[in-house]
Amino acid sequence: MDTKKKEERVLTGVHFMPGNYANVEGALSAGCDFFAGYPITPANEISERMAKRLPAVGGKFMQGEDELCSIFAVAGASLAGAKAMTATASAGYNYLQEGLEYAYAVEAPCVITDVQRCRGENYASQADVMQMRWGAAGDYEAICLAPSSVQELYDYTIKAFNLAEEFRNPVVIMSETTIALMRERLEIPAEDKLNIINRKYTNLSPKEYKPYAAGEFGVPDFAPMGEGFNTIRSINPHDEIGNIDWDPEVFDKLCKRLTGKISENKDRICETESFYMDDAEVALIAYGSEVRPALDAVEMARNSGMKVGLLKLVTVWPVPEKQIDEIAKQVRAVISVEMNIGKYAAEIERVCAGRCNTHRITKNRGLIHSPEEIFNGIKEVWA
Amino acid sequence: MSQVINPLRKYTREDKLPHFFCAGCGCGQIFNYFLRAVDELGLDLEKMVTIGGVGCTARIPVYMKTDTLHGIHGRTLAWASGIKLHKPETPIVIFAGDGDLASIGGNHFIHAARRNLDVTVIVANNLNFAMTGGQVAPTTPYDSITMTTPYGSSEPDFDICKLAEAAGATYVSRWTANKPIQATKAIKDALSHKGFSLLEIVSQCPTHFGRYALKTGNPTKVVEWIEENSITLPKAENLTEEEKEGKFILGEFVNKEKPVYGGTTAYEKE
Repeated sequence: MDTKKKEERVLTGVHFMPGNYANVEGALSAGCDFFAGYPITPANEISERMAKRLPAVGGKFMQGEDELCSIFAVAGASLAGAKAMTATASAGYNYLQEGLEYAYAVEAPCVITDVQRCRGENYASQADVMQMRWGAAGDYEAICLAPSSVQELYDYTIKAFNLAEEFRNPVVIMSETTIALMRERLEIPAEDKLNIINRKYTNLSPKEYKPYAAGEFGVPDFAPMGEGFNTIRSINPHDEIGNIDWDPEVFDKLCKRLTGKISENKDRICETESFYMDDAEVALIAYGSEVRPALDAVEMARNSGMKVGLLKLVTVWPVPEKQIDEIAKQVRAVISVEMNIGKYAAEIERVCAGRCNTHRITKNRGLIHSPEEIFNGIKEVWA
Repeated sequence: MSQVINPLRKYTREDKLPHFFCAGCGCGQIFNYFLRAVDELGLDLEKMVTIGGVGCTARIPVYMKTDTLHGIHGRTLAWASGIKLHKPETPIVIFAGDGDLASIGGNHFIHAARRNLDVTVIVANNLNFAMTGGQVAPTTPYDSITMTTPYGSSEPDFDICKLAEAAGATYVSRWTANKPIQATKAIKDALSHKGFSLLEIVSQCPTHFGRYALKTGNPTKVVEWIEENSITLPKAENLTEEEKEGKFILGEFVNKEKPVYGGTTAYEKE
């Protein structure tokens, strides 16, 4: 093997590959230059491809001794200036919470893929959706994207890096066994057609620089590490200078800025897609791989004369409240579709409350919904 | 009369002083020795990254003019791995307590040593969990009274230096906080070493370990107890294993060169 051959970072062209590989290619296209991960099925293909591809394009790969090592190495590399990522699957995602709490607190941009699985086995599931929002201790706002195909695993990974860099926040890619291990067509655009956002570095001198002062959207400008800016990155409450400070006013100001930079910029962050919604009287709301049978079911309903539409959530967290609210005003019933005991449904019902009826089509038996199952659910609501 | 100011004060974040260490704690001494070592080596402290996890010792970096990571228990070496792989030229020094390094961070510790990650670890071993109020640590001597071992500790203790050596560290030494010359020299050696360097400084904790295990809150008495139980490496070599039991053996145990860890690289292999 010619190890001197320089590989391309962006593999422009049409491919046929598993979702886990598309996840890696999305990261590389976005400029990822650090990856740390610990073996876990069904996320192994991400580490394996990263181990081969990343060093070949000038990045660094590390297999941590556990997920804690991975997420803290990612936080360290991120603070040192890297575009850093880790990937795991549900059980491993538990371990990441400690590092996520730190990354939220010190505003270390990073991307985390959780390939959701059922307990210990690689069956389909969306049961971590709440952990992606509330898993880490403390107050913070999460950003989580839910791809539904191999192509979207590529596209949303770029989106995830962009959001991480722009808002200096961890961003979770909610992958699933269904799409991660499935092979599909993937089209990678030309490098100059990619929209890539990089974090904003300060123009100020170390003397003038305040590492936690609000910049654009409330996000502080970044300073390079090891170049005399002498920033303290502590999880403890800190003022604009970085002094550890337990004063309630300091605490309050930090907490409001940390959460406000996301919650006050939802319009920039939240994305949805609508299908057959123009004249819909009943709407399905789905995310991730459940979008696929949901769309099939909507088409079955349309063929049977029922005016049913679908709202697909690209962004699961923060909740796209504006988009859900508009639908709640339009339709007589909203049906939440998800592959768990009914978790995100409560968020949808909260937003819809008082404006339309709400129903749930949920299951957690290791299998994605079939279009027929969802269609049967629609028929019950329609009647 | 003008006030005499410690010349090493220029390396500190003066607005954060006075420090929060208890009177008689060894952390203040270790802080002092470190700054002296940096000064004598002529290193640019402001270009360094220092890391503290959680605990008393972990607060040392917060008082220095460096880039500092702080506040997560035990993950110091995991952070350092990411920084070192991305910016290999950045010097990294970790200040860890025995609990931070050998208890919650034990796994990261042995693996960073095994990889020969090019960082310096200064572990202040005060023989207990001090910041939380004096609970038993993996380094607490057998049968000691602590807040969570009111009937005496029933666990044997870790020898941090042996652990580091067995895991593959390429520089390992131990001194005590009451030996400024040797401790400062060892910090200089550790900072100058290419690869994973670990210096254990056995440090007095009069507030907790002293009061509970030694029945004295007097710092001098605790230092005297450490001194009575310390022997230098050449002297230790003439003792039997039984005679060495419970002693702090002081000196340099390992100093060797090995390739340092740089993560997976595709093109360095011929």
